[in-house]
Amino acid sequence: MKVLIPTPLRQYTGKQASVEVSAHTVGEMLSDLTSQFPDLRQQLFSDDGKLRRFVNVYVNDEDIRYLENGNTPLKESDTVSIVPSVAGGEDNGRSQ
Amino acid sequence: MVAVNSPLATTLSNDEVLRYSRHLIMPEVGMAGQQKLKAARVLCIGAGGLGSPLALYLAAAGVGTLGLVDFDVVDLTNLQRQIIHTVEDVGRPKLDSAHEKLTAINPFVNVRKFETKLTSGNALDLFRDFDIIADGTDNFPTRYLVNDACVLSGKPNVYASIFRFEGQASVFATEGGPCYRCLYPEPPPPGLVPSCAEGGVLGILPGLLGVIQATEVIKLILGSGESLIGRLLLVDALGMRFRELKLRKNPECPVCGVNPTVRELIDYNQFCGIRGEEAPVTASVPEIQPVELKARLDRGDNIFILDVREPHEYQICNLGGHLIPLGDLPARMNELDSSREIVAHCRSGVRSAKAVTLLRQAGFAKVKNLAGGILAWADKVDPTVPKY
Repeated sequence: MKVLIPTPLRQYTGKQASVEVSAHTVGEMLSDLTSQFPDLRQQLFSDDGKLRRFVNVYVNDEDIRYLENGNTPLKESDTVSIVPSVAGGEDNGRSQ
Repeated sequence: MVAVNSPLATTLSNDEVLRYSRHLIMPEVGMAGQQKLKAARVLCIGAGGLGSPLALYLAAAGVGTLGLVDFDVVDLTNLQRQIIHTVEDVGRPKLDSAHEKLTAINPFVNVRKFETKLTSGNALDLFRDFDIIADGTDNFPTRYLVNDACVLSGKPNVYASIFRFEGQASVFATEGGPCYRCLYPEPPPPGLVPSCAEGGVLGILPGLLGVIQATEVIKLILGSGESLIGRLLLVDALGMRFRELKLRKNPECPVCGVNPTVRELIDYNQFCGIRGEEAPVTASVPEIQPVELKARLDRGDNIFILDVREPHEYQICNLGGHLIPLGDLPARMNELDSSREIVAHCRSGVRSAKAVTLLRQAGFAKVKNLAGGILAWADKVDPTVPKY
């Protein structure tokens, strides 16, 4: 299935906006993805191996936290989106 | 659907009827809707890229009271996207510039200016006199502050964020709807996600997203249409694709969940991992001042200039240095000679400070950071170098 990579993470996927992955679950998809692109691992997972709290994963339009997290089954026709929080403005509170 | 509490019945003058005629002849707005707009009080945080189109359209649409919170001054690099400001406004407070434009478009709008940074100390007081809050600052501390203050005060938070050519928008903190923390309980640590100052932004993108924010504000006021409540809109301007994802209210949300742990505003800089007053990463690495570097190069000292910016930045201006973007540096250190004296530079000195740290850890003892980067070089050594 297709995994859509957001702009800020494309520097870790050789600039690719989408990546083909074969997996039966979200967990398998993430491990396939991070073995294809090892630099993504630190972006997506914290040191204890959990998905970072500012990174959400959606199967089609549904958040995996409201499905079965890593055990969420995947079909070949599914589209997976990785959606991290973004903030383009400067951290000093000035208007963007 | 959220209905904004309009405190007073309002009537429209004949001038206003004519001005809003294209609204009045639409059944979705009509006289009743236009009166709601006039009675509405909307607070825009930031008069920048998102705030410009947001405030301009809200003023044009006839929102009666428009609050603006900003403490910045207009800068030439703002004009690529902050369309409320003009060349003549460079150096002026954004609030004054914005106030003039808004009143020029619609003198019937009561513009209230708040020249301050939004803080945990003033947010709830500022929000008290408004019905809807729209955050155009697009930075994590303000975003979590606005979110929590909206939840605590029961006011809708019309949200947008942009990066390069992608954006997100939604409406948070309505009764029964999710808040930003339901979506992202915690912000990323500083440095992991680049800002527009580092990553750039397509100038029209805040236009698209700011107009989406304005649209959501207007719909909340009118109480019509389908709001973005419970949906995260993703905008990809480069592919011109709009997608949406489902958002749910998280019962375990620390601020709007069943058992909230955040019951008052907190220190959002601390929450977002930002240390009080700038403790720059550049402070801890050896530096060389631009003037000193120039003198030593003129003397013929054998100094290797390492440019750690991106290739497209090198095209804007360069010091003739050897280009290795910071991200490639770990894999390309073999191109460097550790016995030579190296001066690393970037645009402003932050990325090159990281490069110096990396190189020192790898055993390069004679590497220094060019203080202030190529910007400082342009200021202090060579004014013909363009600043960007």
